Amino acid sequence: MVHTGGVAERTVGRELVAVHAQQQQFDETIARDQRIEPRDWMPDGYRSTLVRQIAQHAHSEIIGMQPEGEWITRAPSLRRKAILYAKVQDEAGHGLYLYSAAETLGADRADLTLRLIEGRQKYSSIFNYPTPTFADVGVIGWFVDGAAICNQVPLCRCSYGPYARAMVRICKEESFHQRQGYELLLTMMRGTEAQRRMVQGAVDRWWWPSLMMFGPPDGDSPNSVRSMAWKIKRHSNDELRQRFVDMTVPQAQRLGVTLPDPELRWNGERGRHDFGTPDWSELQRVISGDGPCNEERIARRRAAHQEGAWVREAATAYAAKQAARQGERQKQEVAA
Amino acid sequence: MTTNADTEARDAWPLFEVFVRGKRGLNHVHVGSLHAADERMALTNARDLYTRRNEGVSIWVVRSSHIHASTPSEKDPFFAPSGDKVYRHPTFYEIPDDVPHI
Repeated sequence: MVHTGGVAERTVGRELVAVHAQQQQFDETIARDQRIEPRDWMPDGYRSTLVRQIAQHAHSEIIGMQPEGEWITRAPSLRRKAILYAKVQDEAGHGLYLYSAAETLGADRADLTLRLIEGRQKYSSIFNYPTPTFADVGVIGWFVDGAAICNQVPLCRCSYGPYARAMVRICKEESFHQRQGYELLLTMMRGTEAQRRMVQGAVDRWWWPSLMMFGPPDGDSPNSVRSMAWKIKRHSNDELRQRFVDMTVPQAQRLGVTLPDPELRWNGERGRHDFGTPDWSELQRVISGDGPCNEERIARRRAAHQEGAWVREAATAYAAKQAARQGERQKQEVAA
Repeated sequence: MTTNADTEARDAWPLFEVFVRGKRGLNHVHVGSLHAADERMALTNARDLYTRRNEGVSIWVVRSSHIHASTPSEKDPFFAPSGDKVYRHPTFYEIPDDVPHI
């Protein structure tokens, strides 16, 4: 019995040494700023952090189709309809690139969809706000896609290869999203007084939720430090939020709208803008499910999934039938 | 709320890897993956997903299960045979500076 225990201990010992060597190789790859690829050894925490982050990101793209998608049938011109349709289709595409990246880590796509519609995985809080006017479509492009660009450009250098590559594709397309939004708003600002008021109203609604997109302040973001050590995340939440403010202020001036923050002003000493504090309790409420549209968004996604079940079933049946027929033909050819 | 049919459909849709030729004269390059019921559906979905902005003139789709890969490690002995053959590189050979065009 003692002997058996010794063998087991030696086996465990060898495995520990092997894991140690793998960990060292992983750390060196990260330190050299090289990419981790799907079949490389990686710490369990690195894998699960990435799966969670990529899945949330993918879900955000998919749920993000809804707030603007509601305006496709009501777009004011064929031009705007075509643009909006292309944009919403891009969001679907971004979701799929990201699900594809999550799958390289061993996640199952259908399982991720289930986790979303059962409320077990989250998506960005921003998509739980309503879009009551067409100006909201423009402001989403300008603010929300602008904030997404701030977040996503550094992710193009993320240490996990498939995620970084997906982000490169997404960032290229995101630029169109932001520009079409800003152009839409410029057009409305050249219109009637009512249209200008509509734009200002949408700016007032979306400004603070957009700042919240970057997540809680650095002091309250416990996972950030580890993600930055792993080079999944390259900049802190507060730094990215600051970049977004600095980028957006001159755009707002050019557009002729007021950002709804009395504390917003240029700080010559820092060379950056000072700005007020978002209502973090609101972010907590929206994240935990109590935003204006949380239930509606998930209900819509669930319905789409269920209503599409017969299509998936039919496509599977068709593929099986075609494969069987081809098998028959090959058998006949062999026999002949 | 998952139906039986849904579970079956999910299990039955294989994963495909997608390769796109950006333009004539270039190789097909791996761009990502997608699920589809069969090859034809994989091709049309790949077109819609990976070439919305003229990114390709040709697409290959391959069932992921049909791909065979070497192990990923950089110290993989699989690649050892080419590691010690410096004489396969032009810089291995010393040629005097006054010899032109070589």
